[in-house]
Amino acid sequence: MSKIKVSNVPFTGTPAQEQKLREALAELKEIPGGLMPALQKAQEIYGYLPIEVQKIVADVMDVSLEEVFGVVTFYAQFSLNPKGRYKIGVCLGTACYVKGSGDIFEAFKQQLGIDAGQCTEDGKFSLDATRCIGCCGLAPVLTVNEDVYGKLTTDDVAGIIAKYH
Amino acid sequence: MYRAHILVCGGTGCSSSNSKEIFAKFESELKAAGLDKEVKTIMTGCFGLCALGPVVVVYPEGAFYSQVKVEDVPEIVSEHLLKGRIVTRLLYKETVAETGIRSLSETNFYKKQHRVALKLCGVINPENIDEYIAYDGYQALAKVLTEMTPQEVIDVISKSGLRGRGGAGFPTGRKWQFARNSVSDKKYVCCNADEGDPGAFMDRSVLEGDPHAVIEAMAIAAYAIGSDQGYVYIRAEYPIAVQRLQIAIKQAREYGLLGKNIFGTDFNFDLDIRLGAGAFVCGEETALMTSIEGKRGEPRVRPPFPAVKGLFGQPTILNNVETYANVAQIILNGPEWFASMGTEKSKGTKVFALGGKITNTGLVEIPMGTTLREIVEDIGGGIPNGKKFKAAQTGGPSGGCIPASLIDTPIDYDNLLAIGSMMGSGGLIVMDEDTCMVDIAKFFLEFTVEESCGKCTPCRIGNKRLLEMLEKVTSGRATMEDLDKMEKLCHYIKENSLCGLGQTAPNPVLSTLRYFREEYEAHVRDKRCPAGVCKKLITYSIDPTKCIGCSKCARNCPVEAIHGEIKKPYTIDTSKCIKCGACIDQCRFKAISKK
Ligand SMILES: Cc1cc2nc3c(=O)[nH]c(=O)nc-3n(C[C@H](O)[C@H](O)[C@H](O)COP(=O)(O)O)c2cc1C
Ligand code: SF4
Ligand code: FES
Repeated sequence: MSKIKVSNVPFTGTPAQEQKLREALAELKEIPGGLMPALQKAQEIYGYLPIEVQKIVADVMDVSLEEVFGVVTFYAQFSLNPKGRYKIGVCLGTACYVKGSGDIFEAFKQQLGIDAGQCTEDGKFSLDATRCIGCCGLAPVLTVNEDVYGKLTTDDVAGIIAKYH
Repeated sequence: MYRAHILVCGGTGCSSSNSKEIFAKFESELKAAGLDKEVKTIMTGCFGLCALGPVVVVYPEGAFYSQVKVEDVPEIVSEHLLKGRIVTRLLYKETVAETGIRSLSETNFYKKQHRVALKLCGVINPENIDEYIAYDGYQALAKVLTEMTPQEVIDVISKSGLRGRGGAGFPTGRKWQFARNSVSDKKYVCCNADEGDPGAFMDRSVLEGDPHAVIEAMAIAAYAIGSDQGYVYIRAEYPIAVQRLQIAIKQAREYGLLGKNIFGTDFNFDLDIRLGAGAFVCGEETALMTSIEGKRGEPRVRPPFPAVKGLFGQPTILNNVETYANVAQIILNGPEWFASMGTEKSKGTKVFALGGKITNTGLVEIPMGTTLREIVEDIGGGIPNGKKFKAAQTGGPSGGCIPASLIDTPIDYDNLLAIGSMMGSGGLIVMDEDTCMVDIAKFFLEFTVEESCGKCTPCRIGNKRLLEMLEKVTSGRATMEDLDKMEKLCHYIKENSLCGLGQTAPNPVLSTLRYFREEYEAHVRDKRCPAGVCKKLITYSIDPTKCIGCSKCARNCPVEAIHGEIKKPYTIDTSKCIKCGACIDQCRFKAISKK
């Protein structure tokens, strides 16, 4: 499962965020199996799940921090590290892989100078390999935040990066 | 009444190529032309032909416009809707006939398809429950609740021969019977919409195109086993599907089709959505239930089976989205109708997500027993760029490759198992001669190694070792003995892993070893990758008789591995070359080759 790489970026959560989280958690505490939705909500509010946020979740949901950490590190979508303002996800699902998305992924790594799961120093871009996003008809595809790009070649990489710079 | 309807595909494929803007443009253009009272625009689910998206269909003519751009909308409105002249240039070319248009159902892509699970996908607006109801929606539930006993429902499902579409093909009726026989005052009905197979998107399309079919079926299942609470476990990567399902649940509640005393009976049932968080193993039934409980999604030992002790320790059934999508129609049309389709042991139809090196990528639904050749050549339109068919992969990371020699195999559960693959959830990836089968096996194994939950040793460590051996093969360091060792390890992992993930993980390796052994041997013995994929085994070189010394390659090489003098043949320093392929793409004289 996902490897544990803890962020060294200082935590910058605001009291407003914390209040929002606590309110959401009070509700989720009542539903059976509420820890997953709670963490999803927390990640939606903060963008990632640093230990400070996990402590709030553990506290309100009345579970141990170990359990929270165990769940966070089990699921690929929970992130211990902040993401870039533009989250690039290159699909490495089968249909895309067969059509060369591996090369596109490499091109992003090279041109952004970062590895999978990392964020550029200016906090602008982060790069992840994603699983099938269900657009196999347009393979190979990638997403930048909500935007989907399809039928790509390695020549398109520079243009896509430039578009968000 | 409207005199014409415009259906715009709002499936994920088309949405990502602007179908939302197209929809909005139609609305504004129609308004401007004063046609908004006469012509209705509807956002539907997937039509299946994703490769040609965005797709727009105009009725009553049934004109199938493909690859529509926002700029094309005014033309369709003014020509087709105002003046009644079909815009031939935008029609899907297979539907263009000498005398106007040919019906979609006569095109090669649709002719051999038979839509049951996808019946209403691309037909109705999935965000409007009235449209579902207009197509007999919720009638099966009404019939079940008012005319049938729970046991009769199970008998009908058993008799239809419906088997699970999520992978293993377990008989659905039998599963429901087990859960019905378990005594408990709380039982659960779950739907597996985790769709973990990387390269499959059938379940997503059903949920996006016809969410009520799943809700109705889950209510029927709940009645049959004696449950009052359901959960749909769906991948968070599918935002459109989640949203449509939420809307559908809300509308069903408003209509009293979920909640208390449904159809005035004493049957109660409600439904909640739980989002996955990116763990493939959570598609496995016991792991899925652990995940709904809010824990790490690790599989549990079976028995006890979920039908006895499942979610929150209570009897539970779990079915796949597509399995559910068949249920209401079986109730309404009868088990004989369903059993009349398909082969002896696999009844009905199956949806496949057709992808990879094939012309018509998209979603197809075919009767069981259709041959792979019909799917690839007729429906799929063959392999693009004049390449040769090499293999088709089904069953995702748990499945295997079907070689060209078996292309006439009728597709059903048992035939696929017999040739070392499996139905899986329905991903069907086509590969051509440029695909390296060792690399594909490695691709799937990398996936399972990453996704192994780590609970049991054969899977956690065995698959990792197996992957290392494959890496030895693709980098030319393996020996012939390694191939035999790999095979042994595969069997060991299959026999000793706890859950389906580990038990099937070696399948892609075993099946490629079985059908493409010579390709493995080329990597091992000749240190050569015949498909030219494995980077460590290919070298780039410049043919001095073709090179005119233009220097374009040298300028484009990122690591300055190419040297030479203008107007004289250039050479590549193979010790520096990183095999990125940049030079090949640049050379206009085809002087650079990789071997
Ligand atoms: C590792 C693993 C992943 C699975 N992923 C899925 C999945 O994504 N979707 C699915 O419907 N079934 C999946 N299954 C199969 C389920 O465990 C289960 O058999 C199925 O959902 C039962 O529904 P059915 O009988 O209607 O097919 C997976 C099984 C394993 C072992
Ligand atoms: S087989 Fe693999 S995924 Fe399944 S329980 Fe064992 S380690 Fe986990
Ligand atoms: S494999 Fe990339 S979108 Fe499906």
